[in-house]
Amino acid sequence: MAEVLVLAELNPAGEGVLKTTLEALTAARALGEPSAVVVGAPGAAEGARDVLAEYGAARVYVAESPEIDEYLIAPKAEVLATLVAERSPAAVVIPSSPEGKEIAGRLAVKTGSGFLTDVVDIAADGTATQVAFAGATIVHSKVTVGIPIYTVRGNSVTPTPAPAAADVEQVPVQISEQAKATRVVDRVVEQKSSRPVLTEAAIVVSGGRGVASAENFSIIEALADSLGAAVGASRAAVDSGYYPHTFQVGQTGKTVSPQLYIAVGISGAIQHRAGMQTSKMIVAVNKDPEAPIFELADFGVVGDLNTVVPQATEQIQARKG
Amino acid sequence: MEIVVLVKQVPDSGSERSLDPADNTVARGSADNVVNEIDEYAIEEALVLKEAHGGEVTVLTVGPESAADAIRKALSMGADKAVHVVDDAIHGACAPQTSAILAAALGQLSYDIVLCGAESTDGQLSVMAALLSERLGIPALSGARKLTVEGGMARVERQTDTGYWAIEAPLPAIVSVWDTINEPRYPSFKGIMAAKKKPVTKLGLAEVGIDPATVGLASATSQVLDFAGRPPKGVGVKVADEGDGAAQLVDFLAGQKIV
Ligand SMILES: Cc1cc2nc3c(=O)[nH]c(=O)nc-3n(C[C@H](O)[C@H](O)[C@H](O)COP(=O)(O)OP(=O)(O)OC[C@H]3O[C@@H](n4cnc5c(N)ncnc54)[C@H](O)[C@@H]3O)c2cc1C
Ligand SMILES: Nc1ncnc2c1ncn2[C@@H]1O[C@H](COP(=O)(O)O)[C@@H](O)[C@H]1O
Repeated sequence: MAEVLVLAELNPAGEGVLKTTLEALTAARALGEPSAVVVGAPGAAEGARDVLAEYGAARVYVAESPEIDEYLIAPKAEVLATLVAERSPAAVVIPSSPEGKEIAGRLAVKTGSGFLTDVVDIAADGTATQVAFAGATIVHSKVTVGIPIYTVRGNSVTPTPAPAAADVEQVPVQISEQAKATRVVDRVVEQKSSRPVLTEAAIVVSGGRGVASAENFSIIEALADSLGAAVGASRAAVDSGYYPHTFQVGQTGKTVSPQLYIAVGISGAIQHRAGMQTSKMIVAVNKDPEAPIFELADFGVVGDLNTVVPQATEQIQARKG
Repeated sequence: MEIVVLVKQVPDSGSERSLDPADNTVARGSADNVVNEIDEYAIEEALVLKEAHGGEVTVLTVGPESAADAIRKALSMGADKAVHVVDDAIHGACAPQTSAILAAALGQLSYDIVLCGAESTDGQLSVMAALLSERLGIPALSGARKLTVEGGMARVERQTDTGYWAIEAPLPAIVSVWDTINEPRYPSFKGIMAAKKKPVTKLGLAEVGIDPATVGLASATSQVLDFAGRPPKGVGVKVADEGDGAAQLVDFLAGQKIV
């Protein structure tokens, strides 16, 4: 069976890989037999191998070097390009993080190939499905030159196990001077949160301008916590200083695709929809019955968020007992 | 300091956008064309750099005739001159091809730093800085929320999900910026008047040394096969809160096995 290289996205907070890696492995299986590629600091592959095996990696190429994390992104693309030259895979599949997209772009130039970003599905013949224009348009595309490179949007593929051997093969790492041009001096974590990561969460509760103040965002956080959800915000809420920019959902913020998205005090502007329209289920709370968010909502409550949301939180907690 | 800022014209993200059924490329007629919003932040950052270090700001765009409007906007904000690569053969170019054209045009300009947006609102690829870094052999500092240039080095705070990475590289370099980096100025009346006299150089593909057969729809590295509007969602349930709105909401969630 044709070999498909799948770049693992390592967990920045500790060992193992992110769920996006399992999604990419699952998507890649449509095209052939996945080989996972782990590029990182020494020891990176150790905690990842079992789960890579569980989700279908026949091989695991391990490229470890203390230098990888000293430089920005380019070394990872170089390692992948070397593997592509050696293995001539049928395709390369990469999780669609900002870093993943840049790796895909660099790899495309290095290998003279085409690439497709943020795909939500890959068919056996290589046709990819993408969602364009704020989620309003579904597009089918195909790479027509070189070895197709895909980045898979988080939460769009359901990871399914398919046990495989995960034979480990060490890959020597040699980084060119050019790939060492941009140095990473420091990694700073400003927001330590016990909540799930916004782009990975199964449930997201977002607040908009209607929340009306930074203090009042505590009612959004309380609802989120009762559901084990991540907290998001509209741009208007971010611009008004109610919530930090990193949590912005929408065209210029994060794209999320959770099982459940709860929009509170958000009107549903097209740029906000861009970041949440592909959520499996959408719930809205808004006092304006004409708010466009209701056009998307599977369930909507027309009412004042200041009464509805705290009551809902209380009742959810009561049910949990 | 010589500064080049990459500006793309895109269909307004606030209006209904679509692809053109004739050839599956972005339909430019269906929505107003505007400057890609984040590029205004790149222009602003270029002007801030010029104010601090002197030199000139050159706008570079690859796009159809209508993209002249985007150039005009950048010039009226304060950029000094512009290069517009326009050629019928470019229609339908994919990102790697566009990057080849931009790289060729940059090869004819002198620059210490190239600024661009972190993402365009039509393609949402977020790759151009990386592609140009590969093609030009210059470092990329992508996703900046803060930029300082000093002693021949560019230092950037690269925005992440939880904070930032401090990254640095020697000039010349390319930096892509997010909308957290600054607040773009509005063009003044004086700026708008002055823009009319600023030089705009129009170049065809041959003039930047690109073979027209290597770009455009027919030779693109990827192709859109077909597209369709997302199927409309079935109408959901909407209840007015008369004291039991929250209870109905929680019942709904329970019905979906969420609580
Ligand atoms: C280029 C560009 C990019 C953009 N990118 C993004 C993006 O990434 N993300 C994003 O979100 N936006 C983005 N926007 C902005 C977008 O157009 C909207 O302005 C924004 O989404 C509005 O946020 P909002 O719904 O919170 O505010 P509003 O539109 O002001 O809506 C507030 C809502 O709250 C309701 N409300 C008020 N009080 C209460 C109450 N007590 N109880 C219940 N409901 C209440 C109101 O009825 C109203 O519907 C972008 C805009 C542009 C031009
Ligand atoms: N055709 C183009 N002309 C000029 N700049 C461009 C063009 N395409 C992309 N860019 C620049 O690259 C940035 C990122 O675009 P993208 O990688 O396509 O999402 C944009 O914000 C622009 O600054």
